[in-house]
Amino acid sequence: MIYSFDIESGNFTGAGHASSSVKKILKQLNVDNSIIKRVVVALFEAEINVVAHADHGNIKIILDNQEIRMIVKDKGPGIPDIGMAMKEGYSTASQKVREMGFGAGMGLPNIKRNTDEFNIESIVGEGTCLEMAVYLN
Amino acid sequence: MHINEIIKILDATPVTGELCKHREEDFHYAFSSDLMSDVLRLSTDNTILITGLCNVQTIRTVEMAEIKLVILARGKKADDSMIELAKENDICILETDYSVYKVSGELYSGGVKPIY
Ligand SMILES: Nc1ncnc2c1ncn2[C@@H]1O[C@H](COP(=O)(O)OP(=O)(O)O)[C@@H](O)[C@H]1O
Ligand SMILES: [Mg+2]
Repeated sequence: MIYSFDIESGNFTGAGHASSSVKKILKQLNVDNSIIKRVVVALFEAEINVVAHADHGNIKIILDNQEIRMIVKDKGPGIPDIGMAMKEGYSTASQKVREMGFGAGMGLPNIKRNTDEFNIESIVGEGTCLEMAVYLN
Repeated sequence: MHINEIIKILDATPVTGELCKHREEDFHYAFSSDLMSDVLRLSTDNTILITGLCNVQTIRTVEMAEIKLVILARGKKADDSMIELAKENDICILETDYSVYKVSGELYSGGVKPIY
């Protein structure tokens, strides 16, 4: 099964909508709660990052009986130094993002902790693509 | 602690109405934070979130973190979009004028444990 969601930049009220839908889908499929939690936490942080740092993006979820694969792709400024961005505490987030309770540089590390596969590619001036997978067993 | 006891000791208002009153389970753990990324790191179930961060992302975070009770401290008031989202996801919101420190102290004294 494949699901697709669009993410709008700057829309903090809508941020989390995709993660919430995915959570409901996985619950309906009777996926284990601890797996659901890892998926939605990673996806939610990724969604917040698009809203906070990029222009717009798309989420693709690919489900089979082995894994939940998530591809979060955005058009935006990209990340010049991925090694730096992966460090806990590193953040370029705006005041507005901080007021929403994010922007402490914990997002990407949180995503990595919760996923079995994590890959990030970014081209400065074009955008960023995160590919993550959580295994079902 | 049972939710009714929490409401009493915090002089709190249950803004999600009926949903709060019919909460059967006891809450054993609580976590105080205004940083949502830290809330998303918790792995304990049945945790209470005590926070002064009051916006729709607070409730979204709580939804993702499988938290069922949020205490908004220092007089913060939930708006309609927060209440609606909470109700949709079976989440209780309590409002209290007490500070995060006082709320934490009261719950701690009542036997609610820290996560770490
Ligand atoms: N999708 C993205 N587009 C551009 N920059 C990003 C993106 N995701 C993350 N970053 C950069 O990496 C940094 C660290 O990200 P993260 O760990 O999620 O922390 P935070 O979002 O709290 O700043 C961000 O501050 C930003 O500079
Ligand atoms: Mg982030």
